[in-house]
Amino acid sequence: MTNISMTVNGKTVSGEVEGRTLLVDFLRNDLRLTGTHVGCDTSQCGACTVHVDGVAVKSCTMLAAEADGADVATIEGQAGADGSLNTIQAAFQEHHGLQCGFCTPGMVMAAADLLKNNPKPTEAEIRHHLEGNICRCTGYHNIVKSIMAASGQDVSQLAAE
Amino acid sequence: MYNFDFEKPSTIADAVAALATEDAQALGGGQTLLPTMKQRLASPSKIVSLSGISEMQGVCKGDDGSVCIGGATTHATVAASASEYPALAALASNIGDPAVRNRGTIGGSLANNDPAACYPSAALASGATIVTNARQIAADDYFQGMFTTALNEGEIITEVRFPVPEAANYQKFEQPASRFAMVGVFVAKYADGVRVAVTGASEEGVFRWTEAEAALSADFSAHALEGLSVSGEGMINDLHGSGEYRAHLVKVLTKRAVAAC
Repeated sequence: MTNISMTVNGKTVSGEVEGRTLLVDFLRNDLRLTGTHVGCDTSQCGACTVHVDGVAVKSCTMLAAEADGADVATIEGQAGADGSLNTIQAAFQEHHGLQCGFCTPGMVMAAADLLKNNPKPTEAEIRHHLEGNICRCTGYHNIVKSIMAASGQDVSQLAAE
Repeated sequence: MYNFDFEKPSTIADAVAALATEDAQALGGGQTLLPTMKQRLASPSKIVSLSGISEMQGVCKGDDGSVCIGGATTHATVAASASEYPALAALASNIGDPAVRNRGTIGGSLANNDPAACYPSAALASGATIVTNARQIAADDYFQGMFTTALNEGEIITEVRFPVPEAANYQKFEQPASRFAMVGVFVAKYADGVRVAVTGASEEGVFRWTEAEAALSADFSAHALEGLSVSGEGMINDLHGSGEYRAHLVKVLTKRAVAAC
């Protein structure tokens, strides 16, 4: 067992983990931050996407010990302290960017990663960036629309409803 | 996944020492190794992370004009920083997906030598030099078949040096589910000739298509490849495509790569 500590959503946390403990398991089981989901557990679906030191990673394919000392952001830290949704979350709600909601935490974190580096992405750029995030409801049109809207662009001409 | 001891050294020397243990395994970004361990296809007794070694990070320009990439540099960093070699940056920017590119490393990809990985084709077509903690290995000597390389037990890729070509392009025909290359072709034109490396196609892993190299060195145009054909013999034959189909793609993608140069 190894002692690790990291910053998660601005708070310093620590715990004791095995070598094999995945970051997603540390977040969910030790910190009880169950907003980060495990979909495929094979690094394909992206439901477990979180940010580590400012970049999106699949937390099911990163060891918790590798995140020792890192700055981690999860879906739980996206809303304001008063519970108000951030711009991306509000756009997902407004434009029906979720159906069952299982992939949504990963989609929101992937979208935040995109908009940080590319504040006004094209529809094609959004779709390319979401290559590693799978929506089993196949609700991609409205997810793309939500991210377009969150970037402040006009979405009235997008075909998706 | 079975449990293991975890070490994260901060220098190459400490990593080499940590890897001297029996059944110890180096960890790059883990984007292949961790899924492999989850399936219990690998069960090392110790994992030695290379991500904390600062001297193995980043992209720089060598004295001879080559692009030098630290072994622990992620695909995302190569995509953003290897502007001196645009075809290489473009290849890196299309490996896997964004989150995978933020973890996966060039050293990990080359050490694993997956027959469908992108980087081996760039290294072989560029005549790159694989630098390890112990020696320098020419790409022509490095790749020795599917998942097989010249690396010894515990040897670490610390840097990869790419001579910058006059023109180059990489064309990947993606297997749509995995986004690995069904076939990928990297064409690089140097003053002393053209090199063509093919990934994804052969049961022997990445290889040079020498007939195309000769034809393109004489006449660097897609037309120069018209009379050539690739045999389906020894090509990967699976549910995603037959050997003949992959052989066909080799020529199509080589032409596309030349046309895009």
